Amino acid sequence: MSFSPLILILLAMCAFGYWYGTKKALVLSESRTVRVFSSRPHQYGMYVVVWGAVPPVILLVLWFVLSITPFGASETFTNLIHTILFPVAILLTGVIGVYFSLRSIDPELRVRKTLEGVVSGVLILASTISVFTTIGIVFSLLFETVQFFEKVPLSEFFLGLEWSPQTALRADQVGSSGAFGAIPLFAGTMLITLIAMIVAVPLGLMSAIYMTEYAGNKFRATVKPILEILAGIPTVVYGFFAALTVGVFFRDVGSVIGLDVVSESALAAGVVMGMMIIPFISSLSDDIIMAVPQSLRDGSYGLGATRSETVVKVILPAALPGIVGAILLAVSRAIGETMIVVMAAGFAANLTANPLEAVTTVTVQIVGLLVGDQEFDSAKTLAAFALAMVLFIITLILNVIALVVVRKYREKYD
Amino acid sequence: MQMLAEVDTPVENEEKAIISARDVSVFYGDKQALNKVSLEIPVNKITSLIGPSGCGKSTFLRCLNRMNDTVEGCRVEGKILLDGADIYDAKVDEVLLRARVGMVFQKPNPFPKSIYDNVAYGPRIHGLAHNKDELDDIVLTSLEKAGLLKEVRDRLNSTGTGLSGGQQQRLCIARALAVQPDIILMDEPCSALDPIATAKVEELIEELRENYTIIIVTHSMQQAARISQKTAFFHLGEIVEVGDTEQLFTSPKDERTQGYITGRFG
Ligand SMILES: Nc1ncnc2c1ncn2[C@@H]1O[C@H](COP(=O)(O)OP(=O)(O)OP(=O)(O)O)[C@@H](O)[C@H]1O
Ligand SMILES: [Mg+2]
Repeated sequence: MSFSPLILILLAMCAFGYWYGTKKALVLSESRTVRVFSSRPHQYGMYVVVWGAVPPVILLVLWFVLSITPFGASETFTNLIHTILFPVAILLTGVIGVYFSLRSIDPELRVRKTLEGVVSGVLILASTISVFTTIGIVFSLLFETVQFFEKVPLSEFFLGLEWSPQTALRADQVGSSGAFGAIPLFAGTMLITLIAMIVAVPLGLMSAIYMTEYAGNKFRATVKPILEILAGIPTVVYGFFAALTVGVFFRDVGSVIGLDVVSESALAAGVVMGMMIIPFISSLSDDIIMAVPQSLRDGSYGLGATRSETVVKVILPAALPGIVGAILLAVSRAIGETMIVVMAAGFAANLTANPLEAVTTVTVQIVGLLVGDQEFDSAKTLAAFALAMVLFIITLILNVIALVVVRKYREKYD
Repeated sequence: MQMLAEVDTPVENEEKAIISARDVSVFYGDKQALNKVSLEIPVNKITSLIGPSGCGKSTFLRCLNRMNDTVEGCRVEGKILLDGADIYDAKVDEVLLRARVGMVFQKPNPFPKSIYDNVAYGPRIHGLAHNKDELDDIVLTSLEKAGLLKEVRDRLNSTGTGLSGGQQQRLCIARALAVQPDIILMDEPCSALDPIATAKVEELIEELRENYTIIIVTHSMQQAARISQKTAFFHLGEIVEVGDTEQLFTSPKDERTQGYITGRFG
């Protein structure tokens, strides 16, 4: 027996249980003697559904898990379990659940409490799933990373200056033993992130200051949503904007003023990434600046300070920790950003500080390593996991610092 | 700066008004908060504004140094003359006006900076000191005048928000004094303080009267009676009665005033 007819039968049973339970409760409530009926009729219906659905669903999940993880029992026994034992057990629990819960309906039954328990159970389940997913991701990263470092020494990865992950496909091929020095990648990531921040921090911060301190309500109401649209543009769109428009523009400008700018320059990727991050920084700092108490502004204006003096000497210092937190969050976004750099920065692993040259980043290389046919346990594929692991740790640390800083700041004014 | 110089002329006439408000109406958007209020503020005296909540006392006070300019949608009609010149005139620089008409708020609001920097904030903005020594001097005398110096002399560099509520409020007064204003507006300066801190601040206000003109909003009838020479009673956006404090509290002419000060409403 397969899943779907079983599920249909269960659904039908629950529907019946709901209808009948509600009806029974309605009848009871009409002939009640107490003023307060402990629960509403439809809650009795839900109660029946819970009893009719939860135990079978638990069994269903168990069954599903068993059927995808083979356990060393004999074939006939396995067959027995799958064709008879589980379907019968599931139907039986469903029927028993519906029957007994229907029978137990009674004005004294505290159904609302049971339902409350079910709700909180579901909520807890949802949050544990996301926690376990995170843990699962970290562990799968960790295992592959360990495997990688069995093939490539730590020192080469963290200190090596050369990155060319092409390993030999055949033993007799020459010159392709692979080099896994990750420094050029991290340097490239840092260069592009730096450029992005140079673009995004001043623009984002200034627009936040304008929005909060200078703009009138009307202007704010119209322009803020527009800024937020910027945040909704898919990064791949920014990516081809960077590759086809900004990159070419910088190259042309470069050739006019006699500079040699490649069209896949770090500059183009960084600038466009900066544009992507502007709304992120501005909306975070907007909230933070808004949280600076009005009384501080009043105090400053009352002493005869102008707007800009107030912003520079009172509001920014008061908001600084929060703004630093916002910037750190933005940095970790920039470091993890992939699409823009894949499209605009290219794959050449140059170790350079010159923004006019092409560089590559960690995320780009991860994409490069996993695209195309590869054995799963080759050093080249595993390198992607090692890179991802390092990236994960860096952004994790940045996020933790940022959150701590922001929270500290919040406490101060609450 | 020129405005600051004008005031040094000693005043002979006891009843000389330093500020006179004529038919001042204030609107927040469409909502009218003050309706044709007129009031003369005598120089070097304490004038108190009393009245039930929401009657426009703060609004009136904030007109006197144009703090209402910072409120979006706020419109002021009528004339407010400071030494005979309308402060809402287009030529008047509200930043200089606020240096001359200082303000202390209901809730102590020291900046999250050191005690020293809090007091030095105004002088630095207005360039009142030419070097570090002069600035030190201004800071110390202001703290002294605010009666705070003794308590904070050895921790001028610790943060102002770390002081007690009463100390914070005196710090805010010192901060206002440091800009060398002629007039100080106080909006319920003691309402967030305990009785002892209140007594200290009241004492301070009475001392300040010799050199400054003070306008104080208060919800405490006793406070108004104790420290002020002139009292104005606001009701529903209008001034119902104004007069010498003693006369107003002992024999009010209007029955609404009578009702308010005897606690029958408000
Ligand atoms: N920023 C503002 N926007 C709109 N209306 C305002 C604003 N400030 C004050 N008002 C309104 O103006 C009227 C007078 O307010 P105001 O603050 O001057 O009263 P108040 O006498 O100081 O009261 P309280 O004793 O409670 O401080 C009130 O009705 C208030 O709702
Ligand atoms: Mg008020």
